[in-house]
Amino acid sequence: MDATLGMAKTTETAGAPLIQSEINHATPVRARDVVVHYGTKQALFGVSIDIPERSVTAFIGPSGCGKSTFLRCINRMNDTIVGCKVTGKIELEGADIYDPSLDVVELRARVGMVFQKPNPFPKSIYDNVAYGPKIHGLAQSKSALDEIVHSSLRKAGLWNEVKDRLNEPGTGLSGGQQQRLCIARAIAVGPEVILMDEPCSALDPIATAIVEELIDELRENYTIVIVTHSMQQAARVSQKTAFFHLGKLIEEGKTEDIFTNPKHKQTQDYITGRIG
Amino acid sequence: MTESTIPGTGAAVAARPSSQAAAALRKRRYAADTRLRVAGLTAILAAVGMLGLLLWTIVSQGLPAFTQTHVRLDFPLSAELVDPADLEATNWRAVVTGGLNAALGETASPAQQRLLSQIITNNAQFIVRDAVRANPSLVGSSITLSVPAADPFDGLNKGQVLRDVPEANRRVSDAQIAWFDQLSAQGRVTAPFNWGLFFNADSRFPEMAGLAGAITGSFYLLLVCFLISFPVGIASAIYLEEFAPKNRWTDLIEVNINNLAAMPSIVYGLLGLAVFIQIFGAPRSAPLSGGLVLSLMVLPTIIISTRAALKAIPPSIREAALGMGASKHQVVMQHVLPLAMPGILTGTIIGMAQALGETAPLLLIGMNAFVTSPPGGILDASTSLPTQIFIWADSPERGFVSRTSAAIMVLLGFLLFMNAIAIYLRSKLERRW
Amino acid sequence: MAGYLFLAIVVLATAAYFVGTMSGRRLVPAGGEKVHSLPGYHGLLGAFAVFIPAAIVLLLWLAFQSRIVDIFLVNSLPSTLIEGRGTGQMSLLLSEIRNVAAGVVFSEPVPDVVAAAERLKSFREVSEWIIAALVAVLMLGGFLWVRSQIAVRFRARNAVERVLSGVMVACAGLAILITLAIFFSLLYEAIRFFSVVPPLEFFFGLRWEPQIAIRADQVAGAGAFGAIPVFVGTFLVAAVAMAVATPIGLFTAIYLVEYSSDRFRSIIKPTLEILAGVPTVVYGFFAVLTVAPAIREAGGLIGIVMSPNSALAAGLVMGIMLIPIIASLSDDALRAVPRTMRDGSLAMGATPGETVMKVLVPAAIPGIMGGVLLATSIAIGETMIVAMAAGLIASLTINPLDSVTTVTVQIITLLTGDTEFDSPKTLAAFGLGLVLFLMTLILNVIALTIVKRFREQYD
Repeated sequence: MDATLGMAKTTETAGAPLIQSEINHATPVRARDVVVHYGTKQALFGVSIDIPERSVTAFIGPSGCGKSTFLRCINRMNDTIVGCKVTGKIELEGADIYDPSLDVVELRARVGMVFQKPNPFPKSIYDNVAYGPKIHGLAQSKSALDEIVHSSLRKAGLWNEVKDRLNEPGTGLSGGQQQRLCIARAIAVGPEVILMDEPCSALDPIATAIVEELIDELRENYTIVIVTHSMQQAARVSQKTAFFHLGKLIEEGKTEDIFTNPKHKQTQDYITGRIG
Repeated sequence: MTESTIPGTGAAVAARPSSQAAAALRKRRYAADTRLRVAGLTAILAAVGMLGLLLWTIVSQGLPAFTQTHVRLDFPLSAELVDPADLEATNWRAVVTGGLNAALGETASPAQQRLLSQIITNNAQFIVRDAVRANPSLVGSSITLSVPAADPFDGLNKGQVLRDVPEANRRVSDAQIAWFDQLSAQGRVTAPFNWGLFFNADSRFPEMAGLAGAITGSFYLLLVCFLISFPVGIASAIYLEEFAPKNRWTDLIEVNINNLAAMPSIVYGLLGLAVFIQIFGAPRSAPLSGGLVLSLMVLPTIIISTRAALKAIPPSIREAALGMGASKHQVVMQHVLPLAMPGILTGTIIGMAQALGETAPLLLIGMNAFVTSPPGGILDASTSLPTQIFIWADSPERGFVSRTSAAIMVLLGFLLFMNAIAIYLRSKLERRW
Repeated sequence: MAGYLFLAIVVLATAAYFVGTMSGRRLVPAGGEKVHSLPGYHGLLGAFAVFIPAAIVLLLWLAFQSRIVDIFLVNSLPSTLIEGRGTGQMSLLLSEIRNVAAGVVFSEPVPDVVAAAERLKSFREVSEWIIAALVAVLMLGGFLWVRSQIAVRFRARNAVERVLSGVMVACAGLAILITLAIFFSLLYEAIRFFSVVPPLEFFFGLRWEPQIAIRADQVAGAGAFGAIPVFVGTFLVAAVAMAVATPIGLFTAIYLVEYSSDRFRSIIKPTLEILAGVPTVVYGFFAVLTVAPAIREAGGLIGIVMSPNSALAAGLVMGIMLIPIIASLSDDALRAVPRTMRDGSLAMGATPGETVMKVLVPAAIPGIMGGVLLATSIAIGETMIVAMAAGLIASLTINPLDSVTTVTVQIITLLTGDTEFDSPKTLAAFGLGLVLFLMTLILNVIALTIVKRFREQYD
């Protein structure tokens, strides 16, 4: 099933990737009326949004607005939180991800995630990247696994920095390198969508710039959803922006439209710095 | 299904397996996950099951000991047997036999007499003597007393000694069973609650043995232990937590305390034997010596829990009091310590529970002595609940198996009570900051 | 006597408190100067001055008076009584004199002993008078000193606080003192032991038969003190226990961390704590009463003849005792791994099982290892279970179905019952004790250091 879709996509993207974000004709993730409760507290109030393929979609909004909550719904990471209840519908390539027959392990292999704080496993750099391919059985041989690890590190722009020390612990890298290692780790499983939950909030400006550049490159091959605190970052890296406030999706649209010509007053207030 | 490359991965880097193969792999992975879950659940069940088996064994063995078979007899106190002027010279054994004969009719041979008198406890003579001593006016008439049956007949009455076992393999003869049944038929056999278990001291005879000595001994032990370890523990915890500079010495003390907490208890027993008893001449087998040893043993526990309780008091309270011009000592004594008290008490009770259940060091102090009366103070020879359990567990008489279990139930009861208080204190008095 | 003296000290200290408080209250600020300390502090200082020196002297007297009196007594004994007595017989003689003095007479004592008993009584009386006088002088002196100090600008509070600090430092130092006392008392007795039995024989000998040496005139005389079989037995029982406790404890922790609902966890955790709170003597009884017969029967069913007190039975029950320790330390260790790591693994599509086995357990290995080492140390030092369920005869075997003996069992058997304190048999127990102390000390230090480093890593 997913293989055919993948095939379809491959043929589609053979064309001109540069105008991909402009066209917005494919939406791998489609959410409708998503409502989330933490125990008795309601965190999301009916969010509906389409995520366009091969582009960066940014979720912005003040703290506690539900943007991270919604992000975690897309690969069902909210399942790990006790008392969290999700209703509504989220589709990945047309299939409801909250369908009981759906395999959450498979889902997460297709929808990768990068976290706020770099969280490399206490293993070697190599093993960090090899972890996903190993558990998902993506490599039949050691050389195939090597190939996946090397290419993932290359794509994450980390190869040149770590190629001589693949067996050193991943926790020994700098913060920015760790975050790129986590991105490499996510890429290694071959996901279709990568979710990033404030990936630069723990990094210094230089590391942030490098990661942002990386995100821009990854857009060619992956659908990326990024939650960010920083409006500048949203403006720099994203093609589409969604503004959340108090658990509601207030406004969504092309990034330049949102930032230059917001339709809602709340969006305008946030962008101009009056709330947040 | 054809294999396809993941979009954009360029060269066939992550060839995703065909969905069939992937599904098979996922199935195996989920199976492994389930196996781990089952293993975990099995481990928990094994642990809980063992606890259940342990408790069930103890309770099922121990419950019968909470009743004791008694035989009610009328002991004739004829003037020729009992001389009221000199009760010590009386042959009380003969009086006891007289009581049995009165109920069952004269038996002929002395051998039979001896068999007959085995039905009731060997100590019946002393019970009768003490009763007469308390009321000498009875001499000349008779006295009716309920005396404990001897251990084998207690077992017979409770169904632990089986009648259908061949006579040679059982501890009671057919003739004795016949007599016992006769007494039973006369309504003389009763099985009331075994108060003796709590009010008698140790005895060689299971039917007379009780825990009074052990409970009193344990009480004195805990008293000594508390009086030493509580103030000393709190004082050192306050120093280490509130006053001590952070340097190599305090680090050493800290490592040292954690180490002492993990030291085998028997080592403390060796210390007590070599230092308290050998050098300082503290009395052997006495609660004083045992309590000293136990206080050293629980000191680390109390220090560690007191420090934790002090640490939980937010610095803002200290700063507020210091800001008012209180001295560091006043801050600690008037603010921090009272607020930390519930936590300190909880830790202390847990330490005391640990001391109550401890056996090995007390054996080295000699608190496994055979003592037939409760200690009158901390200098008298005594046993404690756990050492009494150890002594009884070693005794060959059948009745002691049941008594051991009953003693364990009493000990566990005390421990449960102490822990309940600790839990209550924690939940009632502790406040969240 | 000591009791009355102590009571007197307490009463007079209380009185000194009130007197001091009153004097403090009567102080009149003069020349614009405020009274430095509250009246209560003057009182407290008075109480301290009365209580502390007197109590210390009294305690010292209690600790040493019997030794000192003994020295006087021995010096006063006529040479006819002392001649030809070894240390053991000497202590017998002393205890006979003590018994006579206490009025416990078993057989008619020799006149010299009666006379010595009388002298003992008078020595004791003198010693009591001396201490009473000394305590009285100290109390009076302390009280007068404080009275002389009380003044408007007298810093009674600072003095009280200095005293309190001193007391607290002394209490904290006690922890070090205990360790030193344990080490040196064991070392002292062990050195005496090694002067009788060469260390080489003790550490490398293969025969352990200390019971033979009860009486010096027995044929086999010295007995055998090769401790290897005892050490091997100790490790055998500990190994069985760890083989039971480690998997059960670890899998319990894994389940509680990764699979359990909060409700189930809140039931299971206290239940396991009960298992940890059961006194070891109860486990010992359980082993003798239930487990050992069950194992023997099970062995009989499959045709294996087992000794009634096999290492297996003792080890098994000890393992049950250790489950909660390993479970709770592993649980702590697994929980200390940051949640983000768990999320990272789950977000890659790992199953909970893969997450725990491939990420959490490897990350928590130091903490888990620390717990296992700590449990091993407890297993080696555990006494009651083996004293009741393991054997007394030291046989050199690694077959868990055989009966073995352990270090702690030997210490208990060698030191309970009436034995002379100087025989190699009793001293051997201290030799074993020293080995036990050092072994557990090393294990504990390693375990605690590992656990501490591990905690700091994720703090």
